Amino acid sequence: MRKSSEKPIGVIGAGSFGTVIANYLAENNKVLLYVRRAEQAAEINLSRQSSKQQLHDNIIITNNIQQVAKECEVIFPIIPSSNFREMMSQFGPYLHPYHILIHGTKGLDIQLPKGARLDDPDFKLTREHVRTMSEVITDESSVVRVGCLAGPNLAREMADKQPAATVIASRYNEVILQGQRLLRSDRFQVYGNQDITGVELCGVLKNIIAIASGALSGLGYGDNARALLISRGIVEMIYIGRAFGGNVEAFIGLAGVGDLVATCTSTLSRNFTVGYRLAKGETLPQIIESMEEVAEGVNTVKIITKLTTSANLRAPITENLHKVLFENLPVESALNYLMKYPLNVDIDFL
Amino acid sequence: MDNKNSYTKPVVKPNTKKVYEPILPGSDDWPVVKLAKNRKNFIEEVIQASHSKISELTISPQALLDEVELTMYKERLRIKQNPWLVDPDDELPFWNKIRSQLIALSRAEDYDEQVVKDLLEQIVSRYANEIAGNFNPSSYRFARTVANFGFSRLLNASRLGFKSIFSNQLTMQDKIHIVGETEQMRELSKIGTVVVVPTHFSNLDSILIGWVINTMGLPPFIYGAGLNLFNIGIFAYFMNSLGAYKVDRRKKNLIYLETLKTYSRLAIKNGCHSLFFPGGTRSRSGMIESKLKLGLLGSAMEAQREIYEANGNQKIFIIPVVLNYHFVLEAPALINEHLKQEGQERYYVEKDEYSGSYKILTFLLKFFTKGSDISVSIGKGMDMLGNPVDMQGNSLDKHGKIINTKDYFLSSGKVQKDKQREQEYTDNLGRIIVKEFHRISRVFSSHLVAYAAFSILRKKHKRLDLYSFLRLPVEELIIPYDQFRDSIFKLREELFRQYENGICDLAPHLTDDLDDVIAHGLSNVGMYHAKRPLVKNQDGDLVSEDLNLLYYYRNRLEGYDLEKII
Repeated sequence: MRKSSEKPIGVIGAGSFGTVIANYLAENNKVLLYVRRAEQAAEINLSRQSSKQQLHDNIIITNNIQQVAKECEVIFPIIPSSNFREMMSQFGPYLHPYHILIHGTKGLDIQLPKGARLDDPDFKLTREHVRTMSEVITDESSVVRVGCLAGPNLAREMADKQPAATVIASRYNEVILQGQRLLRSDRFQVYGNQDITGVELCGVLKNIIAIASGALSGLGYGDNARALLISRGIVEMIYIGRAFGGNVEAFIGLAGVGDLVATCTSTLSRNFTVGYRLAKGETLPQIIESMEEVAEGVNTVKIITKLTTSANLRAPITENLHKVLFENLPVESALNYLMKYPLNVDIDFL
Repeated sequence: MDNKNSYTKPVVKPNTKKVYEPILPGSDDWPVVKLAKNRKNFIEEVIQASHSKISELTISPQALLDEVELTMYKERLRIKQNPWLVDPDDELPFWNKIRSQLIALSRAEDYDEQVVKDLLEQIVSRYANEIAGNFNPSSYRFARTVANFGFSRLLNASRLGFKSIFSNQLTMQDKIHIVGETEQMRELSKIGTVVVVPTHFSNLDSILIGWVINTMGLPPFIYGAGLNLFNIGIFAYFMNSLGAYKVDRRKKNLIYLETLKTYSRLAIKNGCHSLFFPGGTRSRSGMIESKLKLGLLGSAMEAQREIYEANGNQKIFIIPVVLNYHFVLEAPALINEHLKQEGQERYYVEKDEYSGSYKILTFLLKFFTKGSDISVSIGKGMDMLGNPVDMQGNSLDKHGKIINTKDYFLSSGKVQKDKQREQEYTDNLGRIIVKEFHRISRVFSSHLVAYAAFSILRKKHKRLDLYSFLRLPVEELIIPYDQFRDSIFKLREELFRQYENGICDLAPHLTDDLDDVIAHGLSNVGMYHAKRPLVKNQDGDLVSEDLNLLYYYRNRLEGYDLEKII
């Protein structure tokens, strides 16, 4: 193994997942943790606490993005998708093709043509308008060695140092090897995958199913219903994923089924919580208002519904969830609709 | 009806005849001449480098021995089953010798590794000598003069009357238009090493490109030319003098392929401007290449990394080039092969099909005496990563910021060899080249009429599969003129839109009056074929005499999403 640590490892974003990753990295390396707002950076620096986690001594807090690009060769951006492009456009000018960026953001970015609106029924949203986070990185910088982190990685459990595993996906072996070298420990296993688009889509799409699963729980239903949802959910994910450039293989791995099972069964999951509270009668604005961190699934449902309807694909779970979230359809009615949906083929993609 | 909702005709740049000064006047300064002078040393260098590359690829001595045995077996089979005119007489004796050495080796109690290495050396050395070009500046000049002089006389005599045989009113550039980033190509070839990657439709491509490079005032490029071309007397002469090295596509063994790639890599490292057809062979279907053979591009990638590794700064530039024809001499044979090949590519044997010198000469004669122009589109220069470069050769990112190409090969501050990374880079470069091919490809009137006619007929018989469709009798292949004209109108509107959006390029004649465009297209589409792909009948309607050919010429516009128009 190479001697670690001449250069610090960068982490962008001190949310709960960003903080966990920074702490894991800090076990063997110096880490530069970037926090956007100066006051917040000072506060974290003082308390050595971020997202309710104690910070490792090897972590240095900074709010100077140029410093991160200059001092680090490997950087993990882990921030909400809604801020991702803006962050990358500020970061991009300082980055070079030798940098390695491994992101941990499970959302999508949309770039609409001038004058187009998502809620305009005549506007057709296509794959070109929708960018995964790795595509945002290559759009906004000259970085090519891009990877992503995905898998059943609930931040709370990782912070408690429970055993877990993740997938690093990249077209470049060196990115996978670097990620494994930096993150692997005796309680954290790291798998590699070459299909970065597939793995990114796994992370993104599973959030939709997680909201639906929360809703089922909120209605008081048990494990039969959840198992039904998870297995139909993975089929829907594969349909959508394949149509937008991923391979089936990624979806039946740790980042697909693995992550799906974790987020659909855990009350720790933000997206699950959104569904749960919806079913209990709260409205979406109320829920969003009171949440500390972003539930990516809400925006994902909006984008994916537009994408699938524009392309004439069927995605019954996503479409019905869209009606619940944005068109005031009661959760119970959406469920009834799904139960009557004429799905009679179990598996037809293998 | 034409004017309703009609798209404004774009302004298409007219063709120009520019005279370019040579950028390196003395032939002694040409990298290819330097290479030719050191031919012996260079071949020796190739042998050594290939030898070590192959040893590296075959992990164990046993694997190397297996590779040598396999090569010997394949070569003997090739000599027996697929001999070509150009093959040297001592081939069989050579492989017999290798064979008996291998037999002796297998009988020996414990074999000597050195013997296997010697065997490899013999084979590599044979291959390297066979591949190596034999560039000769004086015969290059001679060939160039003959071609230019001869064709210009012919052109003037035929177009302006016999009295004008010595007139210089018309030059080759009246027939062959060079368009696109010509100035940049000249600049880049002064700054770094240029690798030109053209589309490949016809055997004439090599000679055409040779002429273009010369007309643009550039020193000669080295070519990888298919060995089958050397079967044709007239080609062999030109190819040899143009600095071609030989590529034998029948030899698909590892030792040969590595030697070939090493030859190309070292020539590029030595600063020789190079040219290879990234599609591999001529496009059988008539479509613009969409999948490239990445082997030689990979060697250029390695060359760039090795230059940086040795602390050099010399940059390699890739320049895509598209050759646009109304007429491809070999089209009937190519499209038939394509149709046969579909679905059974793996069993396809590289055949020596070629047109004889006589056929080519008659074609050239017709070409210069009748209509039919050719245009050569020079694409934007890019670095090995596919980033566009400016006039000074700086690579630019999407936001116009200068990037240092060397940074792509660094890890932890050092240039490092990473095969998998370079493979990804090469794949990516291939995709960018294909995109550029489509962007600079020029739509001719003949492509347009072929596309429209084929689509109309295909739609009419959409229930037939392609093969049954292509066998339809002539009576089924008539298109009323009005319907045809209407489709051409719609297609052209779409192409105008794509042109304005930088998706394709248009020949200036395409903006003419619609009926003139149709007339121009009809008189040019596959004009010298015995059976014409598309003609007007006595009633003024359109009819195809050869549907396969119509398919071939129509394929040129595949990949522009035009299916939805008709």
